[in-house]
Amino acid sequence: MSGYLSYFWARRAEILALTGEHLLLVLVSTLLAVAIGVPLGVALTRRPRLARPVLGFANVVQTIPSLALFGFLIPMPLIGGVGARTAIVALIVYALLPILRNTYAGIRSVDPAVLEAATGIGMTPGQRLKSVELPLALPVVLAGVRIATVVSIGLATIAAAIGAGGLGVLIYRGVAIVDHRLILAGAVPAALLALAADAGLGALEKRMSG
Amino acid sequence: MSGALSSVIEFRAVRKAFAPGQPVLDGLSLEVADGETLALVGPSGCGKTTALKLVNRLLDHDGGDVLVFGRDVRGEDPIALRRRLGYVIQEAGLFPHWTVRENVEAVPRLLGWPREKAMTRSAELLDLVNLPAAEYGERRPRELSGGQRQRVGVARALAADPPVLLMDEPFGALDPIARRAMQREFLDWKKRLGKAVLLVTHDLREAFRLADRVAILDRGRVRQVGTPRQILDAPADDFVRDFVSDELPIS
Repeated sequence: MSGYLSYFWARRAEILALTGEHLLLVLVSTLLAVAIGVPLGVALTRRPRLARPVLGFANVVQTIPSLALFGFLIPMPLIGGVGARTAIVALIVYALLPILRNTYAGIRSVDPAVLEAATGIGMTPGQRLKSVELPLALPVVLAGVRIATVVSIGLATIAAAIGAGGLGVLIYRGVAIVDHRLILAGAVPAALLALAADAGLGALEKRMSG
Repeated sequence: MSGALSSVIEFRAVRKAFAPGQPVLDGLSLEVADGETLALVGPSGCGKTTALKLVNRLLDHDGGDVLVFGRDVRGEDPIALRRRLGYVIQEAGLFPHWTVRENVEAVPRLLGWPREKAMTRSAELLDLVNLPAAEYGERRPRELSGGQRQRVGVARALAADPPVLLMDEPFGALDPIARRAMQREFLDWKKRLGKAVLLVTHDLREAFRLADRVAILDRGRVRQVGTPRQILDAPADDFVRDFVSDELPIS
């Protein structure tokens, strides 16, 4: 055990730098996924007939193996190529479904009596969305963001395969030279990040629903 | 032109169907006079809630006219119209993430009242419904009993001092004791405020207790409208006679 610790300690600068890269990949992709997924989820509640096909499509996209998706994206113009940009696009694709689905479900779960009261006292549709629907859906939306974040932290390790950096770099290098200490130097911080994100966003979610 | 001066709400041969050939309202004509409480009563499916929702344009009618203060509601901006009409629904429909005070101040805030004025007003109304702001103002709806929530619903509807209240089964979700207490309070508010009230209820007993006049609806039409006394003493037809004897078996 102490052997591992001193091994990690000796590589702390590199581990820290790669953790930073990793976090940046996850942060940027999750924020963009929220920026796309929440408005799209709201739009689906306004057009319920589109909800099934759109959510179904997002579900199917989710089943594409991540390594394959990274590979598909490389030759794409604008969003493709080798590097962080392509990885972020792929991570957005995976983060989108939980955020979209939870936004849709969260808004649909608002008590119809509350909505009728909001309309009946003279709120405009915009006021109703901003001051009633979104606040009441917030805990469910946040649960989606939490799932998306935790999944992205794991997936982002694969992004190293297309030169996007992050903790996956250590894992791939470890696999290549069959050094499990190196694999763990990437995997352990990634797992800790995922646990921390889960706990932190979980606590926020609880406060919002309290 | 009957009652053109004093009628607050008027239905003229109103028709409404949700599906072709299945009218919910089939030539409904009715007037609510200023300061009067008129109850719409009838079996479920008679169109009473639909009629009420035409007034604040939660629904739009297909034919005939619905007038509020003599003006066709279809010519009004629905948002502005709703802010002028107090609206109370079953289960109150309070905003669960807002405090009691914030709920009561909802319409004044939509109307852009200054904070001070809205707070004075909400304190006044919470007093009226026996939920003093100092004790209840900062609570959330889930911390209240059903009867207390319903009182907050009434206070919210009264906040901007609307000349008309629309009440859709306001006490329908309450247990008999709370319901009776709310009915007594309603009579007290009514005397003090002098507002026109259109009350929808399935409970004839409640209608007789609370309303000045009662309209018995059946399949989208008025069978009889009159004071409780008139309906008891001279039912207009067999339907009314049967409805009254079913609902009030003792009398």
